[in-house]
Amino acid sequence: MSLVSLRNVGKTYQSRLGAAYTAVRGFEMEIEPGEFICLLGTSGCGKTTVLNMLAGFEMPTEGSISIGGAQVQGPGADRGVVFQGDDSLYEWLTALENIEFGLKMRGVAKAERRDRAHRFLELVGLKGQERKHPSELSGGMKQRIQIARVLANEPAMLLMDEPFGALDAQTRSVMQQELLRIWQETRKSVLFITHDIDEAVTLASRIGVMHAGPASKLKGVIPVSISGERNRTSDDFIAIYRQVYGMIREEVALAMQRQG
Amino acid sequence: MASAPTASARKGSGWFESWGGMAIGFASFFVIWHIAATWLVGSALFPPPWPVFLRGIVLAREGLLQDQILASLSRIMQGFLLGSILGVPIGLAMGSFMPVRKILEPYTEFLRFIPAVAMITVAVIWFGIGEESKVFLIIYTTIFIVIINTATGVAGIARNKIRAAQSLGASRWQIFLHVALPATVPFILTGMRLAMANSFTTIVAAELVASNDGLGKMLWDARLFMQIEDIFVALVCLGLLGFLVDRLFRWAIRTFAGRFSPLL
Repeated sequence: MSLVSLRNVGKTYQSRLGAAYTAVRGFEMEIEPGEFICLLGTSGCGKTTVLNMLAGFEMPTEGSISIGGAQVQGPGADRGVVFQGDDSLYEWLTALENIEFGLKMRGVAKAERRDRAHRFLELVGLKGQERKHPSELSGGMKQRIQIARVLANEPAMLLMDEPFGALDAQTRSVMQQELLRIWQETRKSVLFITHDIDEAVTLASRIGVMHAGPASKLKGVIPVSISGERNRTSDDFIAIYRQVYGMIREEVALAMQRQG
Repeated sequence: MASAPTASARKGSGWFESWGGMAIGFASFFVIWHIAATWLVGSALFPPPWPVFLRGIVLAREGLLQDQILASLSRIMQGFLLGSILGVPIGLAMGSFMPVRKILEPYTEFLRFIPAVAMITVAVIWFGIGEESKVFLIIYTTIFIVIINTATGVAGIARNKIRAAQSLGASRWQIFLHVALPATVPFILTGMRLAMANSFTTIVAAELVASNDGLGKMLWDARLFMQIEDIFVALVCLGLLGFLVDRLFRWAIRTFAGRFSPLL
């Protein structure tokens, strides 16, 4: 049985003046345990809406979303979320305290949560930074704290909304490799939102390409079967890049047209 | 403690940065005062600092000065603390719940435009010229600033902070206690600092109008009996007290709440 299933999911927003905007319609997707799914789409295609619904921050207006067989009713500790910016970190807490936040909320004893937080702090490569506050850390380090904070809480899956979108190209590349390493160590299911084809081919075991918005859904799913380390200049990497690019090119043109 | 490197870099580490500059600043103030009083004005109505200082010593020896200072300060502290204790929860409720905000906004938005000074008459009629009316006025002048700052702070918390806590398994109450409250602390403290400055204004005005003691009463009596030096002693005391209380406030924030508010 798949871990997550999104069935005929739709989301229509109602503005205060009564105008309706349908961001997503007829969205279907299954996520298997241990899979790394990249959801790729143009800006405004509703990919973040899909993630927000899976996270439980927003409820679908159509269809159903279930995780582990249970309907999603709201946010929960089984789905850890990594946000794009750094405004989700608690700046009054140290790096270590941020990482143990979820454990503390769920009543894990102090000694144990310290222990676990230290372990995940090391896993994301922040050893030695435990007593620093977020304001003293770089953008890449802050995203590492977010990832460690989520992992320490041991969710069934990770939801990542363009987590490296605000980082510079070098840092992003390093973070992608780190994330792959962490994913291989922990084997969590990941839903990773991006608009960067290169990032998707680098990370994903499957890439879901979305139609341009509004009323968007999946256009197609491309499995990424590259064994071993992924090299941007290798033939199979380029072949998949081309395939994805072919699918998304029309959507980009469409999105540009619609946005004027 | 953990943020020590940046904090000390910002403050500057030398003796001059911490005290020397301030000492020169104060000294220059008294020098300019002296020059202005002695050479520029040269009137009995504007005494230079030295006679004022001597008069201050005399008043202090008699214990009169301490009595006035204590009277004013204790009123400020009582009203300020009560106003803050009442204002913080009201502000938190207003910032957290839209209906509460809608219901209470007419009160805050209406009353905060009636200055505490304008309420002196009412306060005296209601509570007499004793302590109650002064404490009432200080509460009045404190509470709205604290409420509005607190409410702004709560309402302005980044949505992702709340969402992150929800997906980490925090309950509503935990989110309030561990996210909303600490995220609002800098706003609460800023509101309290502003309120403290207002309290000084209000207490002097209240004591000028109706009181048996305090620095405001001292100013009023000195004016009646043309004791110019007493007036200046009271003025200098007010400035010094305000300065010291604000320093104390900043020190307390840095020591006890520095992690919430690294910028103060």
